[in-house]
Amino acid sequence: MRFELTPRASVAPAMRALAPVLAFITAFLIAGLVIWLLGRSPVAAFQVYVIQPLSDPWSIQELLVKATPLALIAIGLSYCFRANLWNIGAEGQYVIGAVLGGWLALRTHGTEAGAWVLPAMLVLGILGGALYGLIPAFLKTRFGVNEILTSLMLVYVAQLILDYLVRGPWRDPKGFNFPQSVTFDPAATLPTLGEASRVHYGTVFAVLAVLVTALVLGRTLFGYRLRLTGDAPRAARFAGFSAKNTTLAVFAISGGLAGLAGISEVSGQIGQLQPSISPGYGFTAITVAFLGRLNPLGILVAALVVALTFIGGESAQILLKLPLDLTQAFQGILLLCVLSADALVSYRIRIVSRGGRK
Amino acid sequence: MTTFEAILLTIVTASTPLLIAALGELVTERSGVLNLGVEGMMAMGAACSFAAAVTFDSTILGVGAGMLAGMAMAVIFALAVLGFAANQVGSGLALTILGLGLSGLIGAPFVGARRNPVEPLSVPVLSDIPIVGRLFFEQDLFVYVSFLLTVGVALYLGRSRAGLTLRSIGENHVSAHGLGLPVLRVRLLAILFGGACAGLAGAYLSLVYTRFWSPGMTAGRGWIALALVVFAAWRPGWVLVGAYIFGAATVLQLHAQAAQFGVPSQLLSAVPYLATILALLLLSLRHGRAIGAPGSLGAPFVPDR
Repeated sequence: MRFELTPRASVAPAMRALAPVLAFITAFLIAGLVIWLLGRSPVAAFQVYVIQPLSDPWSIQELLVKATPLALIAIGLSYCFRANLWNIGAEGQYVIGAVLGGWLALRTHGTEAGAWVLPAMLVLGILGGALYGLIPAFLKTRFGVNEILTSLMLVYVAQLILDYLVRGPWRDPKGFNFPQSVTFDPAATLPTLGEASRVHYGTVFAVLAVLVTALVLGRTLFGYRLRLTGDAPRAARFAGFSAKNTTLAVFAISGGLAGLAGISEVSGQIGQLQPSISPGYGFTAITVAFLGRLNPLGILVAALVVALTFIGGESAQILLKLPLDLTQAFQGILLLCVLSADALVSYRIRIVSRGGRK
Repeated sequence: MTTFEAILLTIVTASTPLLIAALGELVTERSGVLNLGVEGMMAMGAACSFAAAVTFDSTILGVGAGMLAGMAMAVIFALAVLGFAANQVGSGLALTILGLGLSGLIGAPFVGARRNPVEPLSVPVLSDIPIVGRLFFEQDLFVYVSFLLTVGVALYLGRSRAGLTLRSIGENHVSAHGLGLPVLRVRLLAILFGGACAGLAGAYLSLVYTRFWSPGMTAGRGWIALALVVFAAWRPGWVLVGAYIFGAATVLQLHAQAAQFGVPSQLLSAVPYLATILALLLLSLRHGRAIGAPGSLGAPFVPDR
């Protein structure tokens, strides 16, 4: 038995919406199988991973907190992926955004600096991420170096920079030698939305980024240029759109949004710099971007869905003693399913019995 | 043995996994498939080989398990990119995420276990040559295999009919298909070979290089292997050269950390990654664009019936 792909005459609009859903269900079934192979009950796992977080108000806040960086980064990545450019170093841009923004928080620590600190931190965060994202873009446009490998290598470098700073010059002198900075002043802390809430203003930034992106992609020349560069690079060239400028622009945008996610997380959630400030948001955001089919609203939904796997993973670790690595494995399976399900949109899939070709 | 000799010896051990993994990826890419999942396949190779070696107390079984794990991952990748014509860059990335996660699940019960060193095999006569003899002819089996693999891949690609078929499929899959060449079958085999090599490289890491397993122990070596293929302009001989340059950089960096020159250790740890970027940059400076890349690299192929 084998299957064959036959191109459809036109893309199936129903499949376009259905494909990610099908992919998600398939990924869940595979994950259930893995859990069953580990000797646990898939039903109990489903209960802990999905039902429980959704039925508990505290978990729903947590869901928004985790979905925020995912949505911000994934929205940025969608610019790159639409133009068929592969920025896979968002994790590094996130870290550098947090480092540059965090620098200001540490510099103004204990001083009477006013309300300008927080906005300046956010700007520095965006700037840091954008500049760091521009490194692979510049190497690509100027020298033709493959952006996939350079952007990824820079992730390791960024993590080492952060590690050096919090263990060395930026370590809290009164922190009992723990590798972490001082806790940010209130002036350098991103406020939460309402009292006793854990959801911070980063969530607002994420929603804004989604709305602006929807406008840019649907209503502006830049959005058109992006789509054309990705779908028909030759046509884009004949139309006079500079591929180099597009590359630089999308890397700056996605780096900037990743940097904003980084500084928002550090100043709104963690409250200090420490060696690890992300459970892999930058990589998971790639899954989010594709699960949302690179569509801004789709990404918003996908971010919430994938954030669920983070929270579910944490409670499954505590309640079922299922290791956290399971969450990562699931995210890998999910991305593979999402990409494979794309075939449903542009191809008809037929199961052919052996020897039954034609 | 002098310190100098000891350093040279560790360079060989640091370079071997890079060489093996890069050779596998080279064959895959020559067939026109870009598999960015090397890191994930390698991580699975390291975890499964270590688990099997400890459970059955056998290095050979461990190596077999590592290669099988790499190939199992490769099958998943092939199903997505060949079966469903899925995007290769994304699928490879997904494979890496999956491999790092799964390897964590498999390896977790074996944290803290240790394996005995693998006995080196000395080649008679040749191992008596000063320096070079000890360095290259009194090594473990993996090192010899890596050299044989380099020669084998070079001969296969350059001198055999099957190699020519594989290269033509990688250069232009539409023409190759028109000539009646089995594009998808050859690509499947090439992906499987890449998986087996990545698994073997992973097995080397956990069974010989460290002799224990820890989460994330591949530490980006799979990505460096990918960069080596580009650096080598898709030629096996240059992969060998590149792997040894990178191995040397890694080892010297470790010795510099031990010597404590007053340079932060994190800066030295960043050397392999920065060196990769630098190598890719220098290559592009010399040749303009990435030369030697197979024409159909990364493009999905759906045969018309």
